[in-house]
Amino acid sequence: MPISEDVVVVGGGIAGSVAALSAAETGASVRLVTHKKSTLRHASGLVDVLGYTSDGDGPLVDPFEGLGDLPEGHPYRVVGEEAIREGLATFDEVVGDEYLGGHTDANALVPTHGGAVKPTARYPRAAAAGIASDDRDMLLVGFESMTDFEASLAAAHLDAAGVPFEASGVTVAFPRNFRADAKVTRFAKALDTDEDVGGRGTREALAATVEPHLDGAERVGFPSLLGDDRRHEVRADLEAYLDAEVFEVPMGPPSLPGLRLEDLLFAALDAAGVRISSGNKAVGYETDDGEVSAVVVDRKGREIPYHASAVVLATGGLVGKGIASSREGVREPLFDCYVPHPDDRYDWFVDDAFGDHPFTSFGVVPDDRLRPTRADGHAEFENLFAAGGVVGGANVAAEKSASGVSLATGVVAGREAGESA
Amino acid sequence: MSDAQSPADFDFEPVDEYEPVEVFDDGMDLRPGADNCYKCTACDTSCPVAEVDDEFPGPKFQGPEQWRLKRKEDVEIDDSIMSCSNCMRCDNACPSSVPLSQMHNEARGEYVENQMDHRSREYIRNRILSNYRTLAELGSKVPRLTNFVMGNSLVQKINEKTLGITSEREFPEFASQTFREWWAERGGAQIESDEKRIAYFHGCYSNYNTPEVGKALVRVFEEFGYEVAVPRQRCSGTPMFANGMLDDAERAAKVNVPEFKDLIDEGYDVIASCTSCSMSLKQEYPELFQISGIDEVSNHTYEALEYLRIYEDVEGALEGRTVDYPDLAYHAPCHARNQGLDRQAVELFREVDGFEIEDVGSSCSGISGTYGWKSEKYEKSMKIGEDMFDHMRHAKGTVGMTECPTCSMQMAHGSGYEIRHPLQLLEEAVV
Repeated sequence: MPISEDVVVVGGGIAGSVAALSAAETGASVRLVTHKKSTLRHASGLVDVLGYTSDGDGPLVDPFEGLGDLPEGHPYRVVGEEAIREGLATFDEVVGDEYLGGHTDANALVPTHGGAVKPTARYPRAAAAGIASDDRDMLLVGFESMTDFEASLAAAHLDAAGVPFEASGVTVAFPRNFRADAKVTRFAKALDTDEDVGGRGTREALAATVEPHLDGAERVGFPSLLGDDRRHEVRADLEAYLDAEVFEVPMGPPSLPGLRLEDLLFAALDAAGVRISSGNKAVGYETDDGEVSAVVVDRKGREIPYHASAVVLATGGLVGKGIASSREGVREPLFDCYVPHPDDRYDWFVDDAFGDHPFTSFGVVPDDRLRPTRADGHAEFENLFAAGGVVGGANVAAEKSASGVSLATGVVAGREAGESA
Repeated sequence: MSDAQSPADFDFEPVDEYEPVEVFDDGMDLRPGADNCYKCTACDTSCPVAEVDDEFPGPKFQGPEQWRLKRKEDVEIDDSIMSCSNCMRCDNACPSSVPLSQMHNEARGEYVENQMDHRSREYIRNRILSNYRTLAELGSKVPRLTNFVMGNSLVQKINEKTLGITSEREFPEFASQTFREWWAERGGAQIESDEKRIAYFHGCYSNYNTPEVGKALVRVFEEFGYEVAVPRQRCSGTPMFANGMLDDAERAAKVNVPEFKDLIDEGYDVIASCTSCSMSLKQEYPELFQISGIDEVSNHTYEALEYLRIYEDVEGALEGRTVDYPDLAYHAPCHARNQGLDRQAVELFREVDGFEIEDVGSSCSGISGTYGWKSEKYEKSMKIGEDMFDHMRHAKGTVGMTECPTCSMQMAHGSGYEIRHPLQLLEEAVV
């Protein structure tokens, strides 16, 4: 008998994971299919809902108050505030006490590795002591050879942003002598296992390196590489040695907070009985009487149908390769769903690098049940639903809304798929 | 996909058609793969060697960057390529599908061919290790004697001193009867079928060392009504790729491909019980060699459990079953992971009553075939595996399970557990 489930979800990021959990909650049997490691390793690990309005106003104190100003067709307008709250509730359940921010609707301001502050709805516990609304003085610590994080520059940017505390930065040599371009995983491993450095552990040695630079700072920020499996233990040890709170500054790719979030999501999927097939690419589909009957997965040369009564498309946006473009046009490559875009590709972007680029909101057009629609407004397939970056209508990078859109649409698309299966 | 790779997608002539750069003698070209790398370093983050080795520059360097560097004629392959364990995790991590492991295999082949002293101890040792089958064939002729000799600590010390093969490990025991001997003795296939036919690629280990795995495969597939063929075959080539012995690997492939191609023409699919063997036939063969029929073999190759789950109702067969079995600490080999098979054993068996099966996490076991047998790599190998050992210790079961023969050596070595193959459990449950 071929592989068969009630619901197949294509895509292993936040949207796909939440859609799978939401579908499983309806009692449906669910399989999540993901090709490569998800784009979460490119993500900061911060989970935002809405930081800026479509006009660029912000940072918003309360993301929910900004919803009314969003353009028609924005995924949030399609699913509504309730879905966003449900998405956040699902997220909170998945991550438990690994994330904070759920106590209030208000955005937290979290320093980024460039020294900007990002309005975000949920942040990892490891980043908690760094939030910018706290007025305790802060020391940022960078490492020689680690060019992704220039601590004194980040501190200067924070000061310029008008934060209510004194920020300073220092660059030190990591106590373990790695090669010049050592990977973040190497740093994390040394701290996780507390490798021996001249008779003491890496954690203690690192604290001793930083201690002379404290100068009264009550909290110390490191790039996010403070351990992986034993991250809380690593931070607690550093705090004990330094007698100051220790936090991680979210970093660019490859991002440990993103990887850790992926682990949390996959653990939740396992616990919910969702089956996961990763490593092979979904390349097509089969139909039966106008409905999708199977997603076809390429198992290294052999195309195998994964049968389902309903399918959730959560393959991501341009970065995740859920939306593809060539010189000829823009399309959704798996089901060939309609993606509206100007005919002339010179109209896909504007000249100002940070301007309002049309391409940022390219994606499938959802109906009120999140089914991708054709140009005539009808659903492409009765039983195909979409979630996350593949859904168009939002400029998630400018709005700071990517995770929120994934959570909200994931909950709805998963439920719709589960109930229709 | 870069524009250069598929100009045909567009309806106008490309302006700068690049000059294809010949990397491979037989005309392969890695330029588009190198161009697709946007330096996100996702590959480096999933490299188990880079995680513990301060000297190892990582898969991004070994692949696309080294490829660019050596375009200059006076640049040689960096010797760190020999520290890559060929776990192929970088392939799975790359969001742009850069053929990283293919680049590594090619670079390693070039390094071994041109830069390594073929009279050196390291070369000879690597050649011996990667041609395990030749050793095994000799050894298994007198299994008890071989087991006695190889298990002797003095012999192991000599191996260490003269060859650089670590004396820390327990040499795998040879079975008193090989799988092929058993197969011949039972008179070959017991089931005939025109529709359901598989050709078993048993590989070296289940032939010489763990014939119980091969027997389990035969019995399980016959239970599901399959006619099983066991054609003549040589090593899949995995240990040879990992040691840069591409000529040896190609010689073996030139035996395997036609043998299995002939059976495919008769309606057989190719089934392997070792995930490195299926990986090799599926992916590395067509990447590295040009042999008539190689694509058909690649497209018709499956891992055993994978195949059954696609075409048979294995779950139905297991539903509601209670199997008296020890609790299991399951480790997914890297080469299973890269084929999308890392979850199948746990997924399938967790609904069966009578025992618990627990995934011991996503870390690499660290042995990577011949890698962990080398004296200079032994400690690194154990350091990579530490995460897995730790999870095994914390798992409920004290019997391990995995599809990969060398992972099972490492699991047994680091934990003292007995290790089984999912096919053995399936045999217990359905036959």
